Amino acid sequence: MISFRDMQHFPPPAFALELHNLVKRFDRPAVDGLDLNVRAGEFYALLGPNGAGKTTTLRMIAGLLRPDAGTIRVAGIDALADPVAAKRVMAWISDEPMIYDKLTPQEYLEFVAGLWCVEPALAERRARELLNWLELAAHAQQRCEGFSKGMRQKVALAGALVHEPRVIILDEPLTGLDAGSARQVKSVLRERVRDGGTIIMTTHILEVAERMADRIGVIAHGKLIAEGTLEELRLRAGKNASASDNASLEDTFLALVAERAEAA
Amino acid sequence: MIARPGSAVWFARHESRLAWRDWLAMMTAGRRERLQRAVIAIAIFVIFMHFVAYWMVGRYADATPDKATLITITASVLLSWLLMISQAMESTTRAFYSRSDLDLILASPAAVEKVFAVRIGTVALMMTMMALPLAAPFIDVLIALGGWRWMGAYGLILAMGAAATALAVGLTVALFRTIGAKRTRLVAQVVAAVIGAAFVIGLQVAAILCYGTLSRVSVLQSETLLALAPDVSSIFWWPARAAMGDGAALVAVLAMSLAILAAVIVVVAPRFGEYAVTAAGVGALPVSHARRPAAFRAMSPRRALRLKEWILLRRDPWLMSQTLMQMLYLIPPAVLLWRSFNAGNAAYQLLVPILVMAAGQLAGGLAWLAISGEDAPDLVASAPIPTGFIVRAKIEAVLGVIVMVFAPLVAVLAIASPWHALITTGGIVIAAAAATSIQLWFRTQAKRSQFRRRQVSSRLATFAEAFSSIGWAATAAVAAINIWLAIAPALLAFMVVIGTWFMSPRRV
Repeated sequence: MISFRDMQHFPPPAFALELHNLVKRFDRPAVDGLDLNVRAGEFYALLGPNGAGKTTTLRMIAGLLRPDAGTIRVAGIDALADPVAAKRVMAWISDEPMIYDKLTPQEYLEFVAGLWCVEPALAERRARELLNWLELAAHAQQRCEGFSKGMRQKVALAGALVHEPRVIILDEPLTGLDAGSARQVKSVLRERVRDGGTIIMTTHILEVAERMADRIGVIAHGKLIAEGTLEELRLRAGKNASASDNASLEDTFLALVAERAEAA
Repeated sequence: MIARPGSAVWFARHESRLAWRDWLAMMTAGRRERLQRAVIAIAIFVIFMHFVAYWMVGRYADATPDKATLITITASVLLSWLLMISQAMESTTRAFYSRSDLDLILASPAAVEKVFAVRIGTVALMMTMMALPLAAPFIDVLIALGGWRWMGAYGLILAMGAAATALAVGLTVALFRTIGAKRTRLVAQVVAAVIGAAFVIGLQVAAILCYGTLSRVSVLQSETLLALAPDVSSIFWWPARAAMGDGAALVAVLAMSLAILAAVIVVVAPRFGEYAVTAAGVGALPVSHARRPAAFRAMSPRRALRLKEWILLRRDPWLMSQTLMQMLYLIPPAVLLWRSFNAGNAAYQLLVPILVMAAGQLAGGLAWLAISGEDAPDLVASAPIPTGFIVRAKIEAVLGVIVMVFAPLVAVLAIASPWHALITTGGIVIAAAAATSIQLWFRTQAKRSQFRRRQVSSRLATFAEAFSSIGWAATAAVAAINIWLAIAPALLAFMVVIGTWFMSPRRV
């Protein structure tokens, strides 16, 4: 069995995620020659208007969609050549919690640990910590069917963390969560980054990206149109009349997207 | 004519539009471009059914209302009516628990009694409309060969639809009031299935116990039943008489059925909203599993997947009842096995195909649940295991249940007749493997709660699964007599499976 401790013996590569010329077409190009690099230990927020290709990109990284062209490397592993090895170091959380109504959180975590071949004693200890941390311990033996959206998302998050992934991919994880649950989820993610994990997250809540992300990427029409820290993005958008030096991320984001729309 | 918003007619139009679109989606699997093909398929089916009907009921066209004929027609009517009650109970339960538009309606200032009066009426109409395509070929043949008097059978179907809906609504509401909202959903569905199967099973068990055969006809044509049945002038035969063209009987049956339905609507419709609101609270109560050991078990991904499937199946009584309901039909063969044990007669010959057929059907349902009905598909797909590995684990979970259900029956059969047990085992394995493969080739992503609508995703898969099970059952039946003669049906069944593979999305 492979545990997180075993995986720790491998030196982490400089980039947790490398996308090169990634292409995915449905009726029209959803992702169109995307190049993106995320450093190890970084919190990276991917922003973009609806239909920009954010979820498609994340699903390709997680191995849930096969790209038409391009390369994906996760923690130095070629995810298209060896998807199993890439998935081993990765976790995926979508806006719809992927849990089973008829399982308890404890059973769910045991199942996920089994899928990721985590050593039982280690998984059990991690599960206990996570359930306490996310304030789910009191509900550990209750079936998930009666849980609120926030509780379900916290169970899904615990499942994603129980195998100690190096790279966590989150697609709108805070959608529909109340303030308390959102704060808990954010605190867990911040902690994970402090421990050396890498997080790539899409969100429509720009305040979250503004406060939490080390770098922000803006995607539109399947292409990365801007990338950098909030300051760098402000500078870039500042050239546009609609964004000032003290503009919020919302202003900056809208200015960048408008600039791109004009260029198109 | 534009109906006033909020009026019963306005709701009726809304309901009929929804029902029509639902039916269309069911026939075309949600793809409008398939409509033409669906219409052609229905036409072919209807023409084919007329031939079947000619073969089955042609000889009854000139029948007179003597006791033997009345018994046969009454039994057919009763069987169809029980199936209608079963379907109507399903629909009524859905009306209580399905939240699709209930919240919108209940939150609106519209008069709920009008909405639910229309809904109950729609259920009655749907029951009639569902029965018509199946009954029409038989009635048409009887009209063509025996004259217009058989037109009364169409009127009888309308009466049966109304009475079945009235009884189903009454039964469901009675359950709701006595055992509460939480239990009603499951119990009503089980009761519906038992009602649907009870008559056939009851006749078969009676035939086995009295005559040592699975044939229902032996009971219906027995001297004992003829002697016990009421006189031909009895009110008991009114439905059969109505079908045979007795105008007075038809008017009486129709009037009585519609009156009962109207009474049920008047009594139940005003309270329907209250029941729906109560039903909405079901599921909010937490279910704990405190007895479960806290320690995590060492397990491979394969074992984790297998265990997950079994736990989910075990903990979902509704799903389990839907899946295992097919096992009700194993009661008569089990009784036959028990009765024939050590008798050394030809009864074992009958058991072989029934067990094989049941295994194929059960495997098909379970395979859909395990392979297509995955509630967390992204989680499983993002796990570090090859796709083939996941599929293998799920197939193992399906076959595990098949072994658990059929092993005891085959073991008993093996003691009585090792040869028949051997053939049955082979048939069960092949039929289950074929049904599982078909589900694998036609797999789609769905929620487990959509189990009842699984046939909608692919009619081809549904028919292929049924024909494959029938084919392997026939092969096993022939093989039990002569192994070489079984080559022909085996080839046919194999061709069904291979043909399905060629037409499946995995191949195309």
